[in-house]
Amino acid sequence: MSQSAAAPLLSVRNLRVSFALDDGVVRAVDGTSFDVMPGQVLGIVGESGCGKSVTMKAILQLIDRPGRITHGEILFRREGSEVIDLARLPPRGPALREIRGGEIALIPQEPMASFSPVHTVGDQIVEAILLHAHRWHADGRRISRREAREITIGLFRDVGISMPEQRIDAYSWQLSGGLRQRAMIAMALSCRPRLLIADEPTTAIDVTTQAQVLALLHDLKDRYNTAIIFITHDLGVIAQMASYVVVMYLGRVMEQGPVDDIFHAPRHPYTQALLRSMPGLHGRTRVPLPVITGALPHPFNRPLGCPFHPRCPDVMAQCSAATPSLEPVGVEQLASCFLHSDKVDAS
Amino acid sequence: MSAQVDTTGAAAEDRVAVASNWRLVWWRFRRHHLAMASAVFLIVLYIVVLLPDFFATQDPERTDARQAFIPVQMIHLFDDGALAPWVPAIVGKRNPVTLRMEWQIDPSRKVRIHFFAPGPKWRVLGLFETNLHLIAPADPKQRIFLLGSDRLGRDQWSRIMHGTQTSMTVGLVAVALSVILGIVLGGISGYVGGKTDQVIQRLIELLQSVPTIPIWLALSAALPRDWTPIQVFFAITVILSLVGWTTLGREVRGRFLALREEDFVLAARLAGCSRARIILRHMMPTFLSHIIATSSLAIPVMIINETSLSFLGLGIRPPAISLGVLLQEAQNIQTLALAPWLLIPGLVVIVSVLAFNLVGDGLRDAADPYSQ
Amino acid sequence: MTAAQPLLDVRGLQKFFPITKGFLQRVTGQVRAVDGVDFTVAEGETLGLVGESGCGKTTASRCILRAIDPTGGQILYRTRNGATVDLATLGPAELRPLRAEIQMIFQDPFGSLNPRMTLLDNVGEPLLVNGVRNRRDRADQVAELLRLVGLRPEFMHRFPHAFSGGQRQRIGIARALATNPRLVVADEPVSALDVSVQAQVLNLLLELQTRLKLTFLFVAHDLSVVRHISDRIAVMYVGQLVELAPTEALFDRPRHPYTAALMRAVPVADPRVRTIDGVLGGEVPSPAAPPSGCYFHPRCRHAEARCRQEAPALREIAPGHFARCHLAEQMPAADPSQAVAAIS
Repeated sequence: MSQSAAAPLLSVRNLRVSFALDDGVVRAVDGTSFDVMPGQVLGIVGESGCGKSVTMKAILQLIDRPGRITHGEILFRREGSEVIDLARLPPRGPALREIRGGEIALIPQEPMASFSPVHTVGDQIVEAILLHAHRWHADGRRISRREAREITIGLFRDVGISMPEQRIDAYSWQLSGGLRQRAMIAMALSCRPRLLIADEPTTAIDVTTQAQVLALLHDLKDRYNTAIIFITHDLGVIAQMASYVVVMYLGRVMEQGPVDDIFHAPRHPYTQALLRSMPGLHGRTRVPLPVITGALPHPFNRPLGCPFHPRCPDVMAQCSAATPSLEPVGVEQLASCFLHSDKVDAS
Repeated sequence: MSAQVDTTGAAAEDRVAVASNWRLVWWRFRRHHLAMASAVFLIVLYIVVLLPDFFATQDPERTDARQAFIPVQMIHLFDDGALAPWVPAIVGKRNPVTLRMEWQIDPSRKVRIHFFAPGPKWRVLGLFETNLHLIAPADPKQRIFLLGSDRLGRDQWSRIMHGTQTSMTVGLVAVALSVILGIVLGGISGYVGGKTDQVIQRLIELLQSVPTIPIWLALSAALPRDWTPIQVFFAITVILSLVGWTTLGREVRGRFLALREEDFVLAARLAGCSRARIILRHMMPTFLSHIIATSSLAIPVMIINETSLSFLGLGIRPPAISLGVLLQEAQNIQTLALAPWLLIPGLVVIVSVLAFNLVGDGLRDAADPYSQ
Repeated sequence: MTAAQPLLDVRGLQKFFPITKGFLQRVTGQVRAVDGVDFTVAEGETLGLVGESGCGKTTASRCILRAIDPTGGQILYRTRNGATVDLATLGPAELRPLRAEIQMIFQDPFGSLNPRMTLLDNVGEPLLVNGVRNRRDRADQVAELLRLVGLRPEFMHRFPHAFSGGQRQRIGIARALATNPRLVVADEPVSALDVSVQAQVLNLLLELQTRLKLTFLFVAHDLSVVRHISDRIAVMYVGQLVELAPTEALFDRPRHPYTAALMRAVPVADPRVRTIDGVLGGEVPSPAAPPSGCYFHPRCRHAEARCRQEAPALREIAPGHFARCHLAEQMPAADPSQAVAAIS
């Protein structure tokens, strides 16, 4: 399943997460596997309920009760090539705290909620730098507050905040949406992460600001060589940002592959239908768009077999009987569909 | 395996689909076991409120100085393995030093009692006469003291039944009055806004800044001495609710302000609905469940307030009976040492207040089924 | 589509919100949320109103619906019986009979239906308050409406919580159509929906428009959605219209640099077309303190000295193509490389 000979930074293997609610069990993530290579932008795209955010939470071990990782491995290659399974670490233990906010950082959807309103943005980033001092100085030297402040100003400049010396003393509520998201990115970079997880980082902001933030993330990835998991429902954002794409539907990976293959040679009927149903900036207007019929099923009512089969234009008899497994359909492209392989996911 | 799960899932979905808001609230409340148990207790409590004489074994005002400070007589259901309820008899012996009557339980003498048996006559809700009681001694001339007697030889069990009636009714009526005041004034404040809102808000702040106990003291002291216990009773409820509506008024106002901005309220306006219809059909039902939850949390506060006032001798006064009045009997430390059972009315207050709080909490959690 | 008289003619529409300070609520300034907006909507057409958050598009549409009272300007509306009224100045009593003719579709499919009422009551309410008193008649009409938007009539006894976002949006559309309206204001009707459902709802709106001869004012931030559904598009920036043109013309050659920037900022769903480079810098100014001259000049790469001092007027550059820019004539056609790459 690897895309190149290099060892993956993060490898999610057959992950399952379920939520035991009063009215039944919701299998939010149902056997998901993918790899993240060092320095790569991996896009996870899907509609609501596809499990993309739960997957992200599982990687960071942020799943709250009644949710539980029931199966699978989340293998993370630490600095110095030691591989550990994040799914086995105690969620509140020191080992995980060291990784979360250290080697793996999160850019949340709503930056307003992630900054404390009673401390300046700068102070909060300085705190984070002091907490992760060893990530700045390998020799174990301590960082002084002044030095941390200098680093913060540098980070602000890196993320394109003008007048960083003044803005560092601002409170989050004094910043505009775009600046706040930039400050959040600076916060995420403050621990020099090797993996950034961006969870719909531009959903709450406007188009022109979104374009600015996307350009910034693109630029930072090249400069810091940080791997990014980019989670979004927006196919346009994915096309612009990701180099490798994972398409999810109802907790399962439908298709994954290099971004160009996904957009120009999609093999799974779901990916194909999704791309067709989008109105673009070109093409005929005021004509019916090709649609995916039906609605997303209720989470308690997951279809048997392939989760997409009730809405699939190419549905066959076996689709409702068994679940297809994710099999290669191209050089680095995989799809889970009986059109391409008869292999059944028995687990 | 999953086929099974899926069909039940579909059935559950259909059941939920046609479930109204009240049904969803009930489903969520039902899961709250402690609140459910408390709700059952409260139902029993309010049956007592409706029919205190049915539960009482004697006239709560009947005094007999020779039967003062009689201890608790426990009910025994079985006699020699057969179902034959009885209470042990009491024998009095005067202490030659203190000259006080000292009561001893004499288990060798059994006083037979019956359940659902005739006793003194009483009127059901003031409508018709009956003599049926939950517990009655087999010999109508015999007095039994299930929770002992006080210094005047009155039966505490019967007095607690009547005291519960008064205290719980005060709580309920006072909260009902506060709810009406709160909804009307809070609603006007939130819906009309502007100057009216300002005036009502300042009034609420004023009322909330006034120290409540001195205010009650002053208002109660102002009640004419020659009022009948019924008049005093109503005056006390009105006083309690005049001070108590402010929190609810605030809450209603906040809800109104928030709801005015809701899309479905705007949709109703754009459909051409009248103001009255928007308020009654869209806004009120939305926060009614919250009002009920808040009210059930306000009732215990009222009960405590009434009890405290009466305990201090400023609320309901004898010969009327309330739990606070009963606790007055336990004011004296000497009496307490001698007759600790006089604290039982306090226990009733604690348990019923707890029950109200638990039900209120359960309701509050269940009140908004759409918050999940 | 009579060119003679439009269904809706908005002239100089203004909506200011006071900025108050202190205990005495002293007014210290004005947020000019909508500041002199003019446009017309012909019968049967779809006018798209686009812009970023805070540009005043929602405020303008709420003024037309008279959900809020405009500060100034006229909203001339031609009623079913041919009279022309100014919605901006009508009192509540005169407005009520017109409510049936102008309806709204909401953005949030979860907040716009009363969760405590069944579909029958939610969709049937406009019927009830507009004179359909008999419950059986109402049920028949609601069934018809549900069928019209592609839902099963048996659903009418269910509560909104039983439905998905897309289905709820259909219910909201059914309610808006209950009174047989002529003008429908749709405020971001698909932006809260999943991609696969978005297309269904857009198709439904297009189909209903032809079938019921509806006129749409379509308010949205997503250019590709607006482009797909609109005949003409109006672009707003800081409370003003900056460009108004037929859809084709606008996308072929945007005459205002802001429109062009907006088009460039849309992430194109094609990895071979880079759209996120060379993006528009800066931030949207506050409508409480807009810049001098042209509101867009601090972010505009074409800005000249004149733009800083002189506020441009909305001018007709080509037939039916209006722009508020001094340099509108010099604006280049949309980058053809994007178009070519996307088609290939």
